[in-house]
Amino acid sequence: MAMLSGWHRRMCEEDFKLMFGLFWSMRALATALDPKNPTKQQMGAPMRIGDGCSFNSFRTSSYKLHFLESPSGLKFVLTTDPSVGSMSEQLQYIYASLFVELVVKNPLYTPGEPFLFEPFSAALNKYMRTLGLLS
Amino acid sequence: METISAEIFTLTYGSMVRQLIADYEDVEEVNKQLDKMGFSIGQRLIDEFLAKSKTQRCSDFREAAEKVAKVGFRMFLNTTAAVTNWNAEGTECSLILEDNPLTDFVELPEALSQLKYSNLLCGVIRGALEMVNMDVECTFVRDVLQGDDVYEMRLKLLSSSPETYPFKDDD
Repeated sequence: MAMLSGWHRRMCEEDFKLMFGLFWSMRALATALDPKNPTKQQMGAPMRIGDGCSFNSFRTSSYKLHFLESPSGLKFVLTTDPSVGSMSEQLQYIYASLFVELVVKNPLYTPGEPFLFEPFSAALNKYMRTLGLLS
Repeated sequence: METISAEIFTLTYGSMVRQLIADYEDVEEVNKQLDKMGFSIGQRLIDEFLAKSKTQRCSDFREAAEKVAKVGFRMFLNTTAAVTNWNAEGTECSLILEDNPLTDFVELPEALSQLKYSNLLCGVIRGALEMVNMDVECTFVRDVLQGDDVYEMRLKLLSSSPETYPFKDDD
C-alpha cells in the first residue's frame, strides 16, 4: 500500500517490498529506542496502528527522504534536496487535498492497486512547482 | 469540506434503494447489497476521514466508536450519534441516531417491512474500521421506519489485531 513518487526511478516489485521493509523497521527501531516510552517494548514487537513512533524523514549526503504514513496504511514518500526542511505539512496537504480528492474519489481507483491518473499527477507537479521543489 | 444539498443526497439514496429493490426483488438480498455497497464506500471514506480530521490513532475501541459517532457522522451526514449500552468488556456498543438524513421523506410500505433502509451505514462503518485493523460487526437493531422511536446500530468488535508484516523473509 505505498504510493511512491518515482520521478527518477522506475520501481520494480522487489523495490517496493524493500522500501516497505525499511519503513516497517524504521518505525520498530524508532519505537524501541524511544527514551520517553515507559513500557520499553521489545524491538519488533507487534504494534497497533498509530502506536509507537512515526518517523518523518531521513537525510543522506545527496538527498532527503520525507515520509508520511496514514493510520489506514497509506505511505507517502518524497525525496528532495538534503537542504529542504520539514515537509510534514506539505505531505499532509498532498494526502488530504490531492490524494483524497483526485485518487480516492476516482471511480477507477481500486484501493491497494497501482494507479496513474493524469489529473493527480498534474496537480502534484503543479503543487511541487509552487513549493519550488520542481522546476 | 464541500457540501451538497441534503435533499439531493436523500433523494439520490432513495432512488438507489428503489432500484435495488427492483433489481433483486428480495428484501434480504437488498439488505445484503446495501451493506456490501457501504463496505466499499467505507474502505475509501476512511482516507477522507483520516486526512481531513487529522486523526492519528485511537487508543481503543471506545475511542474509535466515539470518533465514528461524533466526528464521522458530523463530517459526512451532518448529524451525530450517541454511543451507549457498552457491554462489560468494552467490545460492544450501540450508536443511537435521533436524526437520520437518509430517511427524510421515507415511508416503508407493508410489503417491505423487513427492509433495512439505512443498512448502507452499517457497511460504511464496517469498511472504514476494517482499514484501521478493527474487524467489526454492525447491524440495525432499531429503526424508526419499522416503528421504533430511534435508530440504533449495534456495533460489535470481533478482533483488533496489531499490524502484521505482510511478506515472508524468503519472498
